[in-house]
Amino acid sequence: MLHIKCPYCGLRSQKEFSYGGDANVKRPKLNAEVTDKEWDDFVYMRKSPRGHHLELWHHTSGCRQWIKVKRDTITHEIYQTAKIEEQIS
Amino acid sequence: MQNYSIFSLVKNAFSNHQNWEVAWKDPEPKKEYDAIIIGGGGHGLATAYYLAKEHQLTNIAVIEKGWIGGGNVGRNTTIIRSNFMYDANARFNEFGMDLWRNLSLELNFNVMFSPRGIINLAHSDAQMNAYARRGNSMRLNGIDAVLLNREEVKKYIPMADFSDDVRFPIFGGLMQPSAGTARHDAVAWGYARQADSMGVDIIQHCEVTGFEIKNGKILGVNTSRGNIKTKKIGLCVAGSTNLLAEKLNMTLPIETHCLQACVSEPVKPLLDGVVTYGAGHFYISQSDKGEMVMGGDLDGYNSYAQRGNLPTLQHVLTGGLALFPFLSRQKMLRTWGGVMDMSMDGSPIIDKTHIDGLYINCGWCYGGFKSTPVSGWTFAHTIAQDRVHELNSKLSLNRFTTGELLDEKGLGTKTWIG
Repeated sequence: MLHIKCPYCGLRSQKEFSYGGDANVKRPKLNAEVTDKEWDDFVYMRKSPRGHHLELWHHTSGCRQWIKVKRDTITHEIYQTAKIEEQIS
Repeated sequence: MQNYSIFSLVKNAFSNHQNWEVAWKDPEPKKEYDAIIIGGGGHGLATAYYLAKEHQLTNIAVIEKGWIGGGNVGRNTTIIRSNFMYDANARFNEFGMDLWRNLSLELNFNVMFSPRGIINLAHSDAQMNAYARRGNSMRLNGIDAVLLNREEVKKYIPMADFSDDVRFPIFGGLMQPSAGTARHDAVAWGYARQADSMGVDIIQHCEVTGFEIKNGKILGVNTSRGNIKTKKIGLCVAGSTNLLAEKLNMTLPIETHCLQACVSEPVKPLLDGVVTYGAGHFYISQSDKGEMVMGGDLDGYNSYAQRGNLPTLQHVLTGGLALFPFLSRQKMLRTWGGVMDMSMDGSPIIDKTHIDGLYINCGWCYGGFKSTPVSGWTFAHTIAQDRVHELNSKLSLNRFTTGELLDEKGLGTKTWIG
């Protein structure tokens, strides 16, 4: 069981959260001219690194905020969590 | 190569089974090969076998960072089926079913292919309609499909919960009678033994550390056991696809996730075929040893850990209990996990790449085992002929750009994120 520290609610069980994927993926700017490649990169292409991974989680059964989590994809250790607008190194 | 038969078994019994030939050798890597397959799992070994058998390419090697058959081919739930709706997936996998039917004879190795049928259960009228549609599509492609009503399902699985007050009553199901199971390890070993006998070098404990590429052409591969020259490389590395892609400066429409499976203690014969629950993600079959073999959802977040997390197992087995209440009295024997190369539309990729001489075979999601023979067969064709076969022409890497997705269940991208 993962325990994720929600920046709003504190340490909670993984069961309260749903996963939102790679947090480094950026949606192309709204209404801007977008090439096929930019759109594909956003929708489909993923690095899926082994080791440190910055990802989004949704505190679905809690405060319903989206948060950032820096987690290890081998050990599942969670190094850091932050509010969505905050930077994680 | 020593032939396996009742006679060789009797003959070797007289020498206390001390004189059997090794099934495959343990060669040192050569300086150069005509082609190298990275990944000694089912798909990699099958590819090597068909390269040697169908395309007479025998100066080739399979390199594997661990031991052969130690990845997903040894971790799956052994289900074989071709109950797909889309033409590309249906034809591809039905060709594979023909290979399965003859595989034990062809490999002189009993892969214990057992076509005992699969039933996908439906729990609503809408689901019955969807299965009727899928069944019709299958039959148009020459695949056997039977739509069962509630009473007919009851004949196959009388021990399921057919009471009226359940949350998701069984309405019926779609059955593919020719689907089944096989002994997964035997598939890897059978392919390895035959490939080895035709001259393929199977090199274990040999990890890829980098690639030699010049002017967009493959020149060789760097490994933990030295640099090897080659003009053709086939990637068959499932959950490690993203790691090698990174070394190739490629980004792929793939995420790596952990999928768990488990088996119960062995019990007397109870469940004949494979059954999938339609109201949750849960599937079950009974092994020849009597264990109930079960699986379901991914753990739900990117993972390279070949072990799972308990909340997912609990969730999956909750679905299992709703379907088969008798499971509550069974003890769990083992649970384990494997890392899946989850493609963004749920269908695999077998294709050339923008690098000359680099071929890719990945994106198998939950279902790589059933396609082992046909994956190897088509990938071998793609590598040997430097062009895709008609069977894998739709399993292209660029379909994510062109929009010709093979989204079999119509669920969209990243279906595992819920």
